[in-house]
Amino acid sequence: MSQSLVTMSYIVATILFILSLSGLSHQETSRRGNYYGMLGMAIAIIATTFSGAVNSYAILVCALLIGGAIGTKLALKVQMTQMPELVAIMHSLVGMAAVLVGFANFMDSTSTISGVEKTIHEVEIYLGIFIGAVTFSGSVIAFGKLSEKISGKPMLLPARHWLNLGLLIATIFLCGLFLQQAESGGGTFPLLLMTLIALAFGVHMVMAIGGADMPVVVSMLNSYSGWAAAATGFMLSNDLLIVTGALVGSSGAILSYIMCRAMNRHFLSVIAGGFGTASGADAAVIEGEVHPIDAEETAQLLLSAKSIMIIPGYGMAVAQAQHTVNEITKFLRDKGKKVGFGIHPVAGRMPGHMNVLLAEAKVPYDIVYEMDEINEDWDKVDVSIVIGANDIVNPSALDDPNSPIAGMPVLECWKGDTTIVMKRSMASGYAGVGNPLFVKDNTRMLFGDANKMLQEVLKALKG
Amino acid sequence: MKIGVPKEIHPGEKRVATTPEAAEQIIKLGFSVLLESGAGLGADISDEVYKEAGVEIVKDAKTLWKKADIVMKVRAPEQHPELGVNEIELLSKGGNLISFIWPAQNEELMKQLAAKEATVLAMDSVPRMSRAQKLDALSSMANIAGYRAIIEAAQHFGRFFTGQITAAGKIPPAKVLVIGAGVAGLAAIGTAKSMGAIVRSFDTRPEVKEQIESMDAEFLMLDFKEEGSGTGGYAKTMSKEFIEAEMALFAKQAMEVDIIVTTALIPGKPAPKLITQAMVLSMKPGSVIVDLAAEQGGNCELTEKDKVVVKHDVTIIGYTNLPSRLANQSSQLYATNLRHLLTELCPEKNGTINVNMDDEVIRGTTVIKEGKITWPPPPPKLSVAPPPQTEAPSVLAQPKKSAIPDSIKQFLPLLLGGLVLFGIGSVAPTAFMSHFTVFILACFIGYQVIWNVSPSLHTPLMSVTNAISGIIVIGALVQISTPGFFITILAGLAILIASINIAGGFLVTRRMLEMFRK
Repeated sequence: MSQSLVTMSYIVATILFILSLSGLSHQETSRRGNYYGMLGMAIAIIATTFSGAVNSYAILVCALLIGGAIGTKLALKVQMTQMPELVAIMHSLVGMAAVLVGFANFMDSTSTISGVEKTIHEVEIYLGIFIGAVTFSGSVIAFGKLSEKISGKPMLLPARHWLNLGLLIATIFLCGLFLQQAESGGGTFPLLLMTLIALAFGVHMVMAIGGADMPVVVSMLNSYSGWAAAATGFMLSNDLLIVTGALVGSSGAILSYIMCRAMNRHFLSVIAGGFGTASGADAAVIEGEVHPIDAEETAQLLLSAKSIMIIPGYGMAVAQAQHTVNEITKFLRDKGKKVGFGIHPVAGRMPGHMNVLLAEAKVPYDIVYEMDEINEDWDKVDVSIVIGANDIVNPSALDDPNSPIAGMPVLECWKGDTTIVMKRSMASGYAGVGNPLFVKDNTRMLFGDANKMLQEVLKALKG
Repeated sequence: MKIGVPKEIHPGEKRVATTPEAAEQIIKLGFSVLLESGAGLGADISDEVYKEAGVEIVKDAKTLWKKADIVMKVRAPEQHPELGVNEIELLSKGGNLISFIWPAQNEELMKQLAAKEATVLAMDSVPRMSRAQKLDALSSMANIAGYRAIIEAAQHFGRFFTGQITAAGKIPPAKVLVIGAGVAGLAAIGTAKSMGAIVRSFDTRPEVKEQIESMDAEFLMLDFKEEGSGTGGYAKTMSKEFIEAEMALFAKQAMEVDIIVTTALIPGKPAPKLITQAMVLSMKPGSVIVDLAAEQGGNCELTEKDKVVVKHDVTIIGYTNLPSRLANQSSQLYATNLRHLLTELCPEKNGTINVNMDDEVIRGTTVIKEGKITWPPPPPKLSVAPPPQTEAPSVLAQPKKSAIPDSIKQFLPLLLGGLVLFGIGSVAPTAFMSHFTVFILACFIGYQVIWNVSPSLHTPLMSVTNAISGIIVIGALVQISTPGFFITILAGLAILIASINIAGGFLVTRRMLEMFRK
């Protein structure tokens, strides 16, 4: 295959990737978008394979097949509640691949470039490996936190900002050393040392971020994996890699920005880590009495309501309650009631997590609303059910300036007639903030495992 | 434990302390319920219905009082007309009694009960707290009294409540003034309003203005500043100046309105006299006054307790047994209040009561415990009006001072970006620059494309970008054939890892997207 043909194939692949991403912006076109992506990837791989630069087909085919098989298996057996974990671990794979490609490129002694070009090339290798290593170790830690193998609490080392700064300075210093040694064909040692520092940096960065900020972290790592691919592209002078990496990188960056805005937090303060540690004054103490109810009374409330809004949170995912929720929704809709879902942008542990879970349970997506779509209309809602959510329905975000989540936009469900909060017990949410919603006069608490209680509610509804 | 419910003996009292529905619930708590035969007849509930609910019917009062461990009544104990003994005598020594007591007005009764070493819970002494609302019998009875007050007024009022334009002429709507917007007042406002009358209301407590207006009635403002809220959500006695201003307001209203309902009470004091003889004289002939404070002496000077009188062409109703005039309804509510009290007293549902004096609700309700008078209780701390909120620290309101002025801050990122670009441009070779162009343009395309993604698709978007970033496989592909065993191994590994990503990412996205449906 001629070089021009390869380049042309790359252009086609690039266009297909762009179409793929734009296809994903709407439900109607999203499936087509995914197929565009697959097609683009296939074209890119085939074109490269037959470009003449490749001749060890045996290893290539083996590696592709094994990797493809593992990926397929993962994709088919993963549970929808574990999507954040899967996404995180896949980010780490991209980072890992970037590191490997970087080292392979570094060891490649066949290149003939010299002078400034060589220096730039070496800086590219250095950067590519650095970003790849940070992405890798950060994603592994994120995976550990999401699957609760590592505690979700932020780990705050003393003087952690200085530590980060120190690591950064060491990296820059090693870069100089690396360039100097690479002139004479060496440089392996500084490169390896930098890789270790980058790994430590990734671990430290994600360890310091609290569980409630996980959606930001996941989308941020998504962005990093893109930048890693782009850096590899510079290293190999490959425009396809650069373009694709840049697309993914900016996509992740925008997602992180959207998540930060949804929590009213500055991006830098999320990355700097430690939730709630910065607020000086004590938040107001929550006082009052909760009004518990049982499943039967909940069913009565639902039956007498006309308009019902369901607010799912991470607790729904933990309890695997989405199918029961759908059955209740179906039953109520058949009775002629208006049932909707209100989704807060940071509900769950990943952007869009709740939407995927509800879709899995076959909840029609046209009754699933975003926060901005419904926050004006709570006074028309008769009953709202909060399932395993806490911080995203916390009124103190709006009226207590001392609250650690002050200023974060929340679902204002308390403006409706009655709110039923399903909770395992009276513990505070991930952010460790008390919630005055629970003691409001029009709030009823339904304690117990979300799935079990919802099944009882369903039984009571039908009975 | 056995709970006994005797027939009420007060003349005209038709209520009964339990209903079949309530009894059923009480039995579930582990108690057994005894009822004097015919006790429910006044409230239109026959013995048979009670029997079906599992209540044991006892023929005469004497046996009932003897058998019962706890006696539940409506009215306080008094002389039994048929047996010729006081009910206190019938109460077994050390027994339990739950009923209205009015300990402030009935000192003698309290002493006699104490002598019996009884434990007495007074339904009129339930503290006013949100937790105790479900057993607040005063409120549930006041609600009924307020409703009934309007019904009684309508009975004696010679006109429609609602205004109409008919072929036979125009009918003006009746004007109703409700003084005191407690539970009874609000119920009266609601009833009069739903019958079509124009309703005005006055209360000394400013916090009820909102409640009155929520009922769509007009709140009469008094141009006078004085806080009328006493502790526990009740009203207190006002200053002389305030009362004068208030009286002037009533005098003016009396000339305009057709019906006045007065509900003004101050706990433990005779009812304030608000409607004078002169005001009654100024009212239109055929007007009606319903005095809900008749029991405590009446808000109107001319009220006669338990009677309907016509004075100066104005009908003045002084009934004190309004709840009893809706016996079935009030029995139902009262029985439910009692049931809730028993639930509080018997948290373990084992059929025995535990008068836990550490519980604020039970402490307040209990007026005699095992012969010791415990009334009055320490005052409850909660009031209807919320305490003034502490103000937010002003520090937060101040804008953060920055070392760099805003104008420079705005341009700083641009300036830095420009410098970096200039730096790169001045040293980089042309080959790099063409890649750099592609890179920057791709970033902008990504920005434009992603900005429109709907939030519900964020997860599929992430998994698809994940798959796409598996494009790094290309980098490994071009290296796999480079001479050098180690390089081949590294590149092969990279291909393997990246292809996990590609296959996994696309397939899981497809799986997710298949699930989204309308």
